[in-house]
Amino acid sequence: MLESHGAENRKIDEATGVETVGHEWDGIEELNNPLPRWWVLTFYASILFAIAYVVVYPAIPGRHKASDGMWKWSSRGALAADVAAADKARAPVIAALATTPIEALPGNPDLMEKAVAGGRAAFRVNCVQCHGAGAAGSRGYPNLNDDDWLWGGDLKTIETTITHGIRFAGDDQTRQSLMPSFGRDGILAPDQVSDVAMYVRSLSGEQAANAATRRGGAIFAANCAVCHGPQGKGGRQVGAPNLADHIWLYGGKQADVVASVTNAHAGVMPAWGHRLDGATIKMLAAYVHSLGGGEKFAPAAAPAPVADSATAPAPAGAAAK
Amino acid sequence: MRNPAPVATGLYEKRKAVFPRQIDGKFRRLKWLIMAVTLTIYYATPWLRWNRGPYAPDQAVLVDLAHRRFYMFAIEIWPQEFYFVAGLLIMAGIGLFLVTSAVGRAWCGYACPQTVWTDLFQHVDRLVDGDRNAQMRLANAPWGAQKIFKRALKWSIYLAISFWTGGAWIMYFADAPTLTVDFWTGQAAPVAYATVAVLTGITFWFGGFMREQVCIYMCPWPRIQTAMLDEKSLLVSYKDWRGEPRASVKATKADPEGKFGDCIDCNQCVAVCPTGIDIREGPQIGCITCALCIDACDRVMKQVGRPRGLIDYATLEDAAREQAGAAPTPHRKLIWHPRTLVYLAIWAAIGLALLFALGTRRHLDLAVQKDRNPPYMLLSDGSVRNAWTLKLKNMEGRPRRMTVALDGLPGAAMWTDTIGRDQAARRFTTTVAADAIAPVRVYVAAPAGAHEDELAFVLTVDDREGGHDRVETRFDAPERPEGEER
Repeated sequence: MLESHGAENRKIDEATGVETVGHEWDGIEELNNPLPRWWVLTFYASILFAIAYVVVYPAIPGRHKASDGMWKWSSRGALAADVAAADKARAPVIAALATTPIEALPGNPDLMEKAVAGGRAAFRVNCVQCHGAGAAGSRGYPNLNDDDWLWGGDLKTIETTITHGIRFAGDDQTRQSLMPSFGRDGILAPDQVSDVAMYVRSLSGEQAANAATRRGGAIFAANCAVCHGPQGKGGRQVGAPNLADHIWLYGGKQADVVASVTNAHAGVMPAWGHRLDGATIKMLAAYVHSLGGGEKFAPAAAPAPVADSATAPAPAGAAAK
Repeated sequence: MRNPAPVATGLYEKRKAVFPRQIDGKFRRLKWLIMAVTLTIYYATPWLRWNRGPYAPDQAVLVDLAHRRFYMFAIEIWPQEFYFVAGLLIMAGIGLFLVTSAVGRAWCGYACPQTVWTDLFQHVDRLVDGDRNAQMRLANAPWGAQKIFKRALKWSIYLAISFWTGGAWIMYFADAPTLTVDFWTGQAAPVAYATVAVLTGITFWFGGFMREQVCIYMCPWPRIQTAMLDEKSLLVSYKDWRGEPRASVKATKADPEGKFGDCIDCNQCVAVCPTGIDIREGPQIGCITCALCIDACDRVMKQVGRPRGLIDYATLEDAAREQAGAAPTPHRKLIWHPRTLVYLAIWAAIGLALLFALGTRRHLDLAVQKDRNPPYMLLSDGSVRNAWTLKLKNMEGRPRRMTVALDGLPGAAMWTDTIGRDQAARRFTTTVAADAIAPVRVYVAAPAGAHEDELAFVLTVDDREGGHDRVETRFDAPERPEGEER
């Protein structure tokens, strides 16, 4: 029997004939019943478990880190194992993507679905900084949801753009084109710039035809049509934007267009082929293509088309599920 | 309270083994019946078949965790309808209160798995070792060939029952015939083997060795019940005013002048008790009200020619009445008192509400989620596009043709990933697979200059059963500053 405070107050409880422990709380006393043996055995078993735990797992605190434990477990190691397991689970998809040419992707809906999902994740890491979380872009950074493409919107073209970038100094095959700064370099006088801007805005109906637009039309034919086309519908070989539609990368007001003609823009996109593997780039292409503006592959034999997206339907989702 | 006398108690105490004697009587037969019914339900239910057509499993009761479906005969529950299961659990809880209020600890005495399996294992004890006396002799006997053989045999039977018990559990979570084959050919999921191992171990240990200690020390339910019982609750009661002072038949005969009660102190009520208590000490937490002592006492009273019911189900209130000389109230009248009726009303109300919800629930549904980033965008022809993800839910066991139509926003048209913009229209039709949700990305374009507006998607099904759903949403468009020329 243990000696404890209150031993002198111990009594025999009349109803049960069991001794009390001697403490009393507002008249409530505790009977000194023995513990069941299984409870004591369970208690000893849990002590053994605790000792084993200390031996096996990191448990004893040290100056800089806890003891390693026999199994060398660590949360960092557990994370690495989880990541390795996830990589292993993804490996067949990555391998299939690496060997599947992107032209064949629409014919494989299951792989396409996985590619879009993987592309969504890769986009969050690599692309949202410029194109935004919803891929809606902003002034100077194209919206990837719409049906307007500077360099083309089929899977293969998107893949090429991502791989080699646009006007990216470190890549030989990067997409290259340069619009002259007509105003700054003195090619056109300020009033001529104003006229041609008016003409450009009239192409999409933003500006009613008048004498200025007629003057601008002549200047356009002489200076701009070589890249932007005689009707201003753009040219994808050189990434010349369609000027006859309602989408303006650098703004569509008169002052914006004047500014663009005066000081030409030359947006840059990095070549991701140097940083990402081919499978990831295919996934990114599939994701961007799935956003609602993706185009079907251009027929191989046809001359490189200059799609008139204002009138021709833009078949969304060649990547049908 | 007396003065302390030296009591030699240790810190812990070995379990006092219980060797309940075999007894027959009406409550024992009731226990047999309930054991047969509950064990049959437990072991056989997963093997019942139920034809649900070609698109759903044919197991009558199946918790299909992998596909997030719960099947119970004609009822199929989806995860978002889990409130039906929650409702059933609440009904089970209130059902326990109801039973306790009506007939005391009947759950403990007859239907609790711990009681049923302990009872089953005690019959195994009798089968292998013999009845109470033989069991006691064997327990005290030194270890020899016979004892080793009998223990090995008994524990093997325990283990076989336990394994069957653990094995039956997993059958509720997969197609039983397939899983049985997979289990024995080593192809079942590791979790299946782990579950069987754990449940086999628990059944073996709790049913074979822990027994009444689970009820007395581990289970919270007896403690809760002590708070629920009152003077109107049916308890297994020893009628001490009739039984005391107790004396053997011999002592009674030797002293014809003495005043003796009906109890002949034969100890049969103690011998048959599966938890090893003496009911004559009054109501106590160790009593699971299995009523076997009633059977034992009635038998003895008949032998000595005294009226039955020295130990009987009685309420404290009725016992006091009986002690005062009134006739005991029949048990069926004791069951009905206000608390029982209130519990019954709550229990039935929940049950009826669940049945009503089950009968009126919809088997198709449209969920609409709008793209928020970007909320709208301009297309090259100047029109404004918004995008949504629609989820068409088909809870029928067959594929259905569903039509989605636009309501509102004149001039707008929609298309999907499969229907190109060249075929954009105000409605489209698609087939949703049986028992499935079909996500569809929908693009809606309104002509240039469109304004923010109300818009609704309407889902209709034109087959025999029909049905429709409508979800209001919003079409976002850029605000055009006043006076800007177009």
